[in-house]
Amino acid sequence: MATITLENPVKPDLEEPRPENKKKVSPAIVIGTVVASLVAVLWLIPFAWAAITSLKRETEAAATPITFYPESGFTLDAFVSVLRAGNLPMWTWNSLITSAAITAVTLVISALCGYALSRIDFKGRRMLMTIVIGSIIIPPPVLIIPLFYQMLALNLIDTYWAIILPQVIHPAMVFVLKKFFDQIPRELEEAALMDGAGRIRIFVQIVLPLSRPIMAAVAIFVFIGAWNNFLWPFIATNESTLLTLPVGLQTIESAYGIQYAQNMASALLAAFPLIVVFLFFQRQIIKGVSTTGLAGT
Amino acid sequence: MSSSVIVRGSVASRANNLHGWAFCAPFIFFFLAFLVWPIIHGLIMSFTGQTLTGANSGFVGFANYAEAFSDPDMWSSLGNTLYFTVASTIPLVLVALAMAALVNMGLPAQWLWRLSFFAPFLLASTVVSLFFTWMYNPQLGLFNELLGFVGIGPIPWLNDPSVAMWTIVIATVWWTVGFNFLLYLAAMQNVPAQHYEAASLDGAGRWRQFFSITLPQLGPTTVLIVILQILASLKVFDQIYQITGGGPGGATRSIVQYVFETGFTGYRLGYSAAISFIFFALILLISIGQIFSNRNRSA
Repeated sequence: MATITLENPVKPDLEEPRPENKKKVSPAIVIGTVVASLVAVLWLIPFAWAAITSLKRETEAAATPITFYPESGFTLDAFVSVLRAGNLPMWTWNSLITSAAITAVTLVISALCGYALSRIDFKGRRMLMTIVIGSIIIPPPVLIIPLFYQMLALNLIDTYWAIILPQVIHPAMVFVLKKFFDQIPRELEEAALMDGAGRIRIFVQIVLPLSRPIMAAVAIFVFIGAWNNFLWPFIATNESTLLTLPVGLQTIESAYGIQYAQNMASALLAAFPLIVVFLFFQRQIIKGVSTTGLAGT
Repeated sequence: MSSSVIVRGSVASRANNLHGWAFCAPFIFFFLAFLVWPIIHGLIMSFTGQTLTGANSGFVGFANYAEAFSDPDMWSSLGNTLYFTVASTIPLVLVALAMAALVNMGLPAQWLWRLSFFAPFLLASTVVSLFFTWMYNPQLGLFNELLGFVGIGPIPWLNDPSVAMWTIVIATVWWTVGFNFLLYLAAMQNVPAQHYEAASLDGAGRWRQFFSITLPQLGPTTVLIVILQILASLKVFDQIYQITGGGPGGATRSIVQYVFETGFTGYRLGYSAAISFIFFALILLISIGQIFSNRNRSA
């Protein structure tokens, strides 16, 4: 698929501006900045409107005409009610546990296999490689019916296992890792092999330390995907205490009814963790998404 | 076997076989258990009358497929999905390109633009749907309020079958355009600076440079983004299910939602599996088409 054209998994740093752009401020740059600001404001509207609503009292949030600045003042009531109800923290915890497990398992099994496909000349390697790449085509929605049946048969519905197990297979990530390992000079490993080091030791002590950027990129991509996945966890769990954040949020509208301020407070609280993570790791996330993104979708 | 990489003796290759498969074993285990087996089982299921209640009328041959091809709901869901795919792919590619071209001009505060345009992509679908459902609200919604200021009458975002799909498209563009924007931006920053230097020496302005240097260089990236976007849009489910529930009157129901509903609301797993394989065939056709077009280009 798309991945085949992804020649170099590690792209140049996006932060570096073009040298010729360091020239003095031109009218074009001024106009460009104004236009970009307008688009950015447009893009912030849904956040801003959710924030304003969440800071209103329920009665004012549901009153016409709409107010942009609440007459009865801002209040944190909606956030307090949502957090006191306790579901949101619980769902966040479920998301954290399952996404972390999915990311860890995916990284380990994909890196091991990607390494073997890159370095070890074993019988059936080409065939395995073809099957792995070919399977990238399979759209996850095709799997939901048989997977649900399987989880039912294994008695795993309404457990973390049901959420985690089907999400650890990322053939595209195996391929991305393999491409990265291909670029590491072989001499390093051959010297160690001569000295009698085992494959595992070479992988852990030589290859992995050199692979931190790609491992981070894959981890970020897989984690965000797992954290936000809706369809499969929605099918795999019913028990309110086991829902992940996205699935739990889906139930609040029916549970709270027309509590608009609380709905928006919940949505903002749910958005908060990833936005904070993004603010801290902006460079890595952007790099990770642009390097693995083409392969992963 | 001290030098298994170099010596191609039988001992070394046997060790390599062992090591290779051992390294891949954990992945293969999960791959077989939770990807290969479900696909095979799904295919088998699609030829049976399997239901969620456990009743199974056994092997029914191609009956499920025959039923699907004469099922108006299947066709309307498929039609809605294709409509959404076209209606969402065009803005998702063009807006992303425009955003990236803008930011790549060398604007100040690069991080700010990337944050603003890309941040929505990090949100779960449910968060996006809560935001937009609230803004689309008929009485209390922000959209109709703002449109009222400029004299545009209230738009029945959620209740008019001819509007509802665009309601979904707008939310989708806001949510995911940042991803294509990043891919475009990365591609633009890979265009060698010498190209631009030569062009500006020749007196080419920014527009000229964009259309005669940047855009042609972005050809392969654009093909990739379009294909990936088509494949992603065809799988649409979350935001439709959450914002309109597929309504009004099935006007926005996607094929994945129809698979979901026949399986989990209608309890007909066999029939639902058959529909999902029809959907799979469609995806496969597009993917194969892309692979061939790639091959022709590189040949």
